[in-house]
Amino acid sequence: MIDVRAIREEFPVFERNPGLVFLDSGASAQKPRAVIDGIAEFYRSDYANVHRGVYGLSQRSTDAFEAAREATRAFLNAADEREIVFVRGATEAINLVAHAWGGKFLKAGDEVVISDLEHHSNLVPWQMACQRAGATLRVAPTDETGEFDLAAFEALLSPKTRMVAVTHVSNVTGTMMPVETITRLAHQRGAMVLVDGCQAIPRMPVDVRAIGCDFYAFSGHKVYGPSGIGVLYGRYEALDAIPPWETGGGMITSVEYAHTEFQDPPHRFEAGTPDIAGAVGLGKALGFVESLGRAAIREHEVELTGYAVDVLSRIPGLNLVKGGQRQMSVLSFNLDGVHPHDVGTVLDQHNVAVRVGHHCAQPLMDKLGVPGTVRASFGIYNDRADIDRLAAAIEACREMFSR
Amino acid sequence: MMDLRELYQDIILDHGRHPRNRRALDHPTHLAKGHNPLCGDRVTVYLAMDGDRIADVSFDGRGCAISTASSSLMTEVLKGKTLDEARLLFARFHAEVTGGDPVEVPEELAEDSERLEPLTGVKAYPARVKCATLPWHAFEAALKGGLGDTVKTE
Repeated sequence: MIDVRAIREEFPVFERNPGLVFLDSGASAQKPRAVIDGIAEFYRSDYANVHRGVYGLSQRSTDAFEAAREATRAFLNAADEREIVFVRGATEAINLVAHAWGGKFLKAGDEVVISDLEHHSNLVPWQMACQRAGATLRVAPTDETGEFDLAAFEALLSPKTRMVAVTHVSNVTGTMMPVETITRLAHQRGAMVLVDGCQAIPRMPVDVRAIGCDFYAFSGHKVYGPSGIGVLYGRYEALDAIPPWETGGGMITSVEYAHTEFQDPPHRFEAGTPDIAGAVGLGKALGFVESLGRAAIREHEVELTGYAVDVLSRIPGLNLVKGGQRQMSVLSFNLDGVHPHDVGTVLDQHNVAVRVGHHCAQPLMDKLGVPGTVRASFGIYNDRADIDRLAAAIEACREMFSR
Repeated sequence: MMDLRELYQDIILDHGRHPRNRRALDHPTHLAKGHNPLCGDRVTVYLAMDGDRIADVSFDGRGCAISTASSSLMTEVLKGKTLDEARLLFARFHAEVTGGDPVEVPEELAEDSERLEPLTGVKAYPARVKCATLPWHAFEAALKGGLGDTVKTE
């Protein structure tokens, strides 16, 4: 198990905000000293633009940037660091694939399959890609227990399926998707697979080769790194088959007025000066997470999720959204007769930070028949006492609105 | 820290739970939908104008306690008002909840303005100000757009 008290010491935000119960890591995680100081130190000592610099400082900056790529490769157990593309975040990663891969490979009559748990960022890019290509977007359902319905998914697959894009862990229900099985079934039909790993990557070991997916996307800021940096992992052959998306400096080998030759992956997809310090900060964040041990983190998150489900289930009038058998670190709920926005305000008054609203998953809200939910999501600095504070604040909220 | 009971006063909770004038008008002369994408609140404001006067006003939709109570109280104070009076009431209300320059209202509107007073507690909660102003923005959009405008508060 991880030592939550020692971990909290590493996060200055808790020192500056005494009494804060932060239950919104699903939106963005807080930052440890290793990341904050690591970025500041990089700017102080080693910063210059990367690549093509002939002077020592630029070489050091390039080395730090590329070391972050290697750290990311190792973190995902990817085969080759050329499979790691730095982007702004998961949103950009998915848009890159939807535009560049979709533009080349998606044809009229083809189908793209997503799940009904997707964040708008793994839904709208595919909706748009389908509209451009004349393809059809299909939605695989979860069942009433919050579990992904594999049989229904399999029935949706056909020779027309070109892409299956699913989340690894839902940002609303905490459902963990059987991404290995999904990938196997999709590949049997010749479809590609993209996994949105935003909620999974901070919480458990992730091995892209064991999953077998073609693409895996995540955002740095959800794994205790800075905002503005994210990762698109792509199997090398899959990446190499994709034409450039954004063009400009850094991604070419030669340019003439009539013709341009492009770099190989990953640089083909990194036009312009990248978020250099962001990548370095991400590398620090991954190192920090790795130092705690991802198996230990998973154990912590699973234990905390189980405790939270137990505690919240006992509150009268509280309706938990079901997250299946392997629910991970994200809990959504509603209180009878109280709008989530009002719950959020009362909880904030008790110094409990949660997120309220549709969580960028409006079709899922429609399915659940609610305008929004209250969502608590956990990180490595949360413990049972935080859950108890949440429960007490919910009780105060019930009292306020039952008078 | 402000006491939450100043935000969620009894009158707010009452209008939030039992909103007045929550129905669609059969023959509106103006209507507009208000949408707060942040929280998903949706409200449709219906107006039946008789010349320059608001003969009837109602709203429909669902939202948080603040936006529902604000919709309810708004319809109560707007009924029977002239457009100028209505705009003046909104201007004063808006200034109060956003901390803008105070807007004076004439003696005959003082009572209506006071009826909206309980909602001004939102000014201590910046994230919630839009909940209170949403129906008013929809009202304004209805006046401008006749029968088909949507206004977003975010």
